[in-house]
Amino acid sequence: MTSKSGLLQWIDERFPLSSTIEGHLTGYYAPKNLNFWYFFGSLALLVFVIQIVTGIFLVMNYKPDGTLNAAGVPVAFASVEYIMREVPGGWLIRYMHSTGASAFFIVVYLHMFRGLLYGSYRKPRELLWIIGVLIFLALMGEAFMGYLLPWGQMSFWGAQVIINLVSAIPVVGPDLAVFVRGDYVISDATLNRFFSLHVIALPLVLLLLVAAHIVALHEVGSNNPDGIEIKKKKDATGKPLDGIPFHPYYTVKDMVGVAGFFIIFFAVVFFAPEGGGYFLEANNFIPADPLKTPPHIAPVWYFTPFYSILRAVTYPLFGLDAKFWGVVAMFAAVLIIAFLPWLDRSPVKSIRYKGPIFKIALTLFVIAFLILGYLGVLPPNPMRTLVAQICAVIYFAFFLLMPWYSKIDPCKPEPERVTWK
Amino acid sequence: MKTNWISWLKKTVAVLAVAPTLLFAAETNVHIDKAPVSTNPVDLQHGAKLFVNYCLNCHAASMMRYNRLTELGLTEQQIKDYLLFTGEKVGDLMTIAMRTKDAKKWFGAAPPDLTLIARQKETLSYSGADWLYTYLRTFYRDESRPTGWNNVVFPNVGMPHVLWELQGIQVAEKSKDEHGNEHIKLTLGKPGLLSPAEYDKAVADLVSFLQWMGEPVAEKRKTIGIWVMLYLALFFILTYLLKKAYWKDVH
Repeated sequence: MTSKSGLLQWIDERFPLSSTIEGHLTGYYAPKNLNFWYFFGSLALLVFVIQIVTGIFLVMNYKPDGTLNAAGVPVAFASVEYIMREVPGGWLIRYMHSTGASAFFIVVYLHMFRGLLYGSYRKPRELLWIIGVLIFLALMGEAFMGYLLPWGQMSFWGAQVIINLVSAIPVVGPDLAVFVRGDYVISDATLNRFFSLHVIALPLVLLLLVAAHIVALHEVGSNNPDGIEIKKKKDATGKPLDGIPFHPYYTVKDMVGVAGFFIIFFAVVFFAPEGGGYFLEANNFIPADPLKTPPHIAPVWYFTPFYSILRAVTYPLFGLDAKFWGVVAMFAAVLIIAFLPWLDRSPVKSIRYKGPIFKIALTLFVIAFLILGYLGVLPPNPMRTLVAQICAVIYFAFFLLMPWYSKIDPCKPEPERVTWK
Repeated sequence: MKTNWISWLKKTVAVLAVAPTLLFAAETNVHIDKAPVSTNPVDLQHGAKLFVNYCLNCHAASMMRYNRLTELGLTEQQIKDYLLFTGEKVGDLMTIAMRTKDAKKWFGAAPPDLTLIARQKETLSYSGADWLYTYLRTFYRDESRPTGWNNVVFPNVGMPHVLWELQGIQVAEKSKDEHGNEHIKLTLGKPGLLSPAEYDKAVADLVSFLQWMGEPVAEKRKTIGIWVMLYLALFFILTYLLKKAYWKDVH
């Protein structure tokens, strides 16, 4: 650049401003054929910003206090209603935050599904994928801690059920559960530490992981629906023939995605903030009562597929509780996603060129995942447990059998250059 | 081992065949009436008056302020004159003098705070208002209960029928069908101050007020929402046109 203004020149001599903008925006080349599924990465970043900004304003008025006020209502619960009723615009900020939590998971699940469709986890994007799985784990922790804060019945008993799982770990379990809660039951001590972790520790972890995710992405470049590397075909100046600068092309395109997302997001916020009882559960409008166990305790919808897997494990093994193996299965179900880069042995990346075996496997996997999610909100019965067991087996088989079925799957040849479909 | 597998397979197939009916089996067997919820300020004012006179002695609405009733068209002077007990200020929360400990002793359970009652009772099959509307109309005389009252949708409830002088006294006729399910048929044994139609209307107003109180901003929220949707539709069109303009040279 020759026409740098004096100020920019001054800054660039002291801070890599121009080169950062060029490296990550104007000079970062992305494949020109990115489709609908590629909106969800930037949308996840958008929801992250919404959660941080609304969260800052919520913390100004929320009180992490499990003791009862003069009217017998827990202070934390009453402070949420204070935000909903008396803080100017508080209801909008709170609904954006509560809807944002569910939106975050919807967007992230679709973002991960995109990775499955087009093989975005394959070499050279293994680290990018692993960082993504870590973001997903941190996000689950963040959402779990945040759900305790309104201090309603589901907040309290959901946390009680999940933390009790820790006590299923042999030898150290019971002590560990006390250590996590800071008490023998969920209490004011638990509320305060969850508040601290929800507003400081995990957001920091998430921020760092998201930054690492973007740095890793810009190092290896975006995959695309054809699953081929645009860096292999460059013009005389070294620019990818099928690449276009991220800015302005994808900044203006992502703005369309943002507008479309906002229409759905704000339709929920303004017209159905309870999300049909799934985003804000009716039971959570009842203040937490340690003496009154609700008849049916279900986690929030975004945890239910994994919760179903936990409940599906009903056999004790090696002298250890079924509950313990359930916890193991639940964490394994999340962590196994990180191993995808090494489980997939297909010669091609994208589903466009993969054979029928992968397409059937992916379809079964998605159906099993949805059924597990649905069963997780319902109270268990023998029938539902059996269905959950079948679906859990399909879930793990999708990953564990992949080294074999991806190898024998008859694939189509990949194109030389990206295509428009 | 092999026969085991086969029997397991058979069981699985049998279970999968009946899966849909078992998975989606309905869980409630009491009929919940649809509440004719009103947003008309006059109805809501009537509901507020019933609420303050009949409910607010035992139940608090401790997250609700009296002066918020100005949003229903009442003036602060009217609230002071007709709805406040002595010594309360118009900016006060709707709390009660009864202590939780005493309440537990007298009723077995402390009467719940009613600020959010309509939001608490919501399920996938009916709204909180529907449940409350049915509940307040299905009390019947039952001498076996300590209070002398029982309820169809909330069996063995601790609360007596506070509105009995308005509704009158209902008596129950219990019967069992061929499946062994109990059915309760209510008839008006002794009429109250209101006719059945008038009583239904009074309960509808009270329930409308409870729903309003659960989220006073609800109507305003929907009105703002329409403008937000219109703005976002315009924003979507503009971003789409901008994208088209930038991308016209990408092939």
